[in-house]
Amino acid sequence: MTIDLAFIWAGLIAFAILAYVVLDGFDLGVGILFPSLRTRQERDLAMNSVAPVWDGNETWLVLGGGGLYAVFPLAYATVLPALYAPLVAMLIGLIFRGVSFEFRWRTQRGRFLWDWGFAGGSILAAFAQGVTLGALVQGIEVVDRAYAGGWWDWLTPFSAVTGVALVVGYALLGSTWLVMKTRGNLRAHAQNVARRAGAVTLLLIAGISVATPYLNPAYLVRWFSGTTAAFSVVVPMLVVMCAWHLYRGLADDRDAQPFLAALGLFVLCYAGIGISFYPYMVPPSLTIWDAAAPDESLAFLLVGAVVLLPIILAYSAYAYWIFRGKVDPSEGYH
Amino acid sequence: MPDLLDPLFLARLQFAFTVSAHIVFPAFSIGLASYLAVLEALWLWTRDNAYLKVFDYWKVIFAVTFGMGVVSGIVMSYQFGTNWSVFSDKTGPVLGPLMGYEVLSAFFLEAGFLGVMLFGFDRVGRRLHFFATLMVAAGTLFSAFWILSVNSWMQTPQGHDVNEVGQFVPADWWEVIFNPSFPYRLVHMVLAAYLTTAFVVGGVGAWHLLRDNRDRGARIMFSMAMWMALIVAPLQVVAGDFHGLNTLEHQPAKIAAMEGHYETRRGAPLILFGLPDDTAEETRFAVEIPKLGSMILTHDWNGEVKGLKAWPREDRPPAEVVFWSFRVMVALGLAMAAVGLWSGLRRLQGRLFDGRWLPWTVVAMTPSGFVAVIAGWITTEVGRQPWTVYGLLRTAESVSPIEAAAVGSSLTAFVAVYFAVFGAGVFYILRLMARPPGAGIEYGIGPTRAAGIMPGPAVGRRAAPPPQPEPGKGG
Ligand code: HDD
Ligand code: HEM
Ligand code: HEM
Repeated sequence: MTIDLAFIWAGLIAFAILAYVVLDGFDLGVGILFPSLRTRQERDLAMNSVAPVWDGNETWLVLGGGGLYAVFPLAYATVLPALYAPLVAMLIGLIFRGVSFEFRWRTQRGRFLWDWGFAGGSILAAFAQGVTLGALVQGIEVVDRAYAGGWWDWLTPFSAVTGVALVVGYALLGSTWLVMKTRGNLRAHAQNVARRAGAVTLLLIAGISVATPYLNPAYLVRWFSGTTAAFSVVVPMLVVMCAWHLYRGLADDRDAQPFLAALGLFVLCYAGIGISFYPYMVPPSLTIWDAAAPDESLAFLLVGAVVLLPIILAYSAYAYWIFRGKVDPSEGYH
Repeated sequence: MPDLLDPLFLARLQFAFTVSAHIVFPAFSIGLASYLAVLEALWLWTRDNAYLKVFDYWKVIFAVTFGMGVVSGIVMSYQFGTNWSVFSDKTGPVLGPLMGYEVLSAFFLEAGFLGVMLFGFDRVGRRLHFFATLMVAAGTLFSAFWILSVNSWMQTPQGHDVNEVGQFVPADWWEVIFNPSFPYRLVHMVLAAYLTTAFVVGGVGAWHLLRDNRDRGARIMFSMAMWMALIVAPLQVVAGDFHGLNTLEHQPAKIAAMEGHYETRRGAPLILFGLPDDTAEETRFAVEIPKLGSMILTHDWNGEVKGLKAWPREDRPPAEVVFWSFRVMVALGLAMAAVGLWSGLRRLQGRLFDGRWLPWTVVAMTPSGFVAVIAGWITTEVGRQPWTVYGLLRTAESVSPIEAAAVGSSLTAFVAVYFAVFGAGVFYILRLMARPPGAGIEYGIGPTRAAGIMPGPAVGRRAAPPPQPEPGKGG
């Protein structure tokens, strides 16, 4: 393992994508749960619980994409054409749900349309992200600095399952978020959903983890031999611990514990993928170093990242702090 | 004839469509964010609640606009990779870090403080709220800074080398960022955003003045907007002239196309109108003023002006488009300056809010900024064809190895979704603009008339008017 600029940047991009997944994950999850919320008041509350922060959450996606263009341009230039259709679907989903935050309050008659736009957009975006992830795990073929596969290569049973898994996983994040942020009926409903989504998520994690090593011999080697094989013992144990905390927290009627446990599950799965991938950026074609931009580019942006990321984290955390606690039904600027 | 099965053509169409849709929102929100900051400052300074009313009025409209700007912008940042992958691979090392700085310094700033600005009025103090508004405004300006630097580098590249795999790599960041056309483009675009906003705010103010010219809020809007028009529109004409001279220096073929010149001549005329024909290589039915073209471009009655024939055909931009888009922009710029002057005269007479001609004209010009911005960008972007990186990388060589079917269907999807979603958004914005601002009858802080008058969704939860104007709660 060499620690150089490319390695540091791979870590930073990985961090940005993880931040995106867990942060936008819970607000997409709230959207995914929308159809299950029966009353108008519940939907208002659920939406208001994420309205002040969703834009900041989604900016991590722009950092992930834009950062890739800046520091791993070859990865950006090969992965994006390879995943053309799911990415366009994701963008369209994000359009619908993003505008619904405002549009929903601007009309009475058309409100149901934007309720559906919010739910449908969230589900579409989550599913497309899951498919993207699955397709990336399967691998992308690159020849002569260009994507060399077909237009439908991304679509396989495996990527379809990862798509569904992310929808359910986000629903888990969203429901535990609502457990933390709301009271009364809505909270009880969210607890119910969290139990079920938690069970399905765990099942899918298990299934996908078993299937992944067989997609690519390198993954198999990674997980079952050498020093990294230790992870094959540790990571599943940690997953079980998180699952226990999740259900314990729900049973004990805790506010934050289920959400934190669900976050833990996401972080572990993400770490698992990271372990499988390393040192590849685009398996099985490009390593981190193949895809990296020249050092001058990496260094120039790193200066900004080192100075600005802590500031960003500080004011983002502050914004969350301002809106801490349960959402107040009488609040909201609309 | 454009070929609908050519992925290159489809990718260009898709880029042009999505970026034209995107720019409409930032052009408005850059200006509006600054306007909101000024309004809040005026309120904090004068303690006059009328400013807060106007602030709340535009805040809601800002939120709707901004949301659309964000989602259409995310599409842009992924489109570079999906449709222009060769371009991305080659320019990433130079342009990527600039866009990275845009995300870090602008997008996070806007997004982080937007929530506080919109929802936090009752949760943070007044000063902190004002700080949040300022940060949102600063974010929009930083965003313009970086993205225009990126675009300008593509127009006038410098400060780079080319490495062994054919990527552009940075040699001198300062030169890359402050490339020759950047300062002009930045000034021109920021002024454009302010003018766009001024005419929207002015148009809405004028509309409500025509209904009731004692409406305090309408007066504030109209008066502030007309100050902008008076001061900024002439500045914009000057900035545009400088921009044009800079372009003449670096992209003379673009200027030839804008002017409709095919022949290189001394003492060239200024062609006011005509029909450029790229195949016949002449501008037909030209209405021209002798020698003025040379005068404007070279500041010499007999200066030499290059015509398009000085370049091989495959290096020429299409004059048929650029000639007209340029004229639309300039005509609107001159019209804006004229309105600004007119309002100045009315103000001197002390009759700014009286009469109907001026307000009606301003109402008619409400969308003029958007049209001028898009026309300007079409001039810039079509005028730099056939290059994506001027003189170095051709558009035809930039495109992804994609199938027409993939681009065609995504283009169709984007067109359908944009029209449906942004169409609805524009409709909601117009409905918000139909609310009377009503910050009290002229110069007194009267009762809040706005709330409760309009039935239906636009006033939403505020249906019951509070006894005192309640800070921080928009429509
Ligand atoms: C409210 C908007 C607006 C108005 C009133 C004007 N412009 Fe403009 N113009 C723009 C908005 C704009 C723009 C959208 O901001 C562009 C596109 C790219 C750029 O940098 O600015 C632009 C580009 C642009 C260019 C192309 C530069 C290049 O691509 O190299 C020239 C030469 C001018 N303008 C000149 C003018 C003149 C002489 C104007 C007044 C008489 C004028 N503009 C009014
Ligand atoms: C936001 C205002 C903008 C508008 C309305 C606009 C409009 C257009 C149009 C109409 C084209 C097509 C030209 C042609 O193919 O004949 C184009 C091309 C292009 N623009 Fe822009 N542009 C804008 C800003 C930008 C910015 C900021 C960038 C870069 C950061 C950019 C990058 C490109 C690229 C790479 C192309 C090449 C694709 C092509 O030639 O079709 N544009 N733009
Ligand atoms: C092809 C070029 C462009 C790309 C790739 C792009 C990308 C983006 C992205 C990703 C966002 C969303 C940011 C967020 O998540 O908060 C955004 C918003 C924004 N963009 Fe663009 N953009 C482009 C052109 C422009 C131009 C030409 C301008 C102005 C000069 C501009 C100004 C803004 C502003 C001010 C915002 C904030 C949202 C808003 O004001 O509506 N962008 N852009």
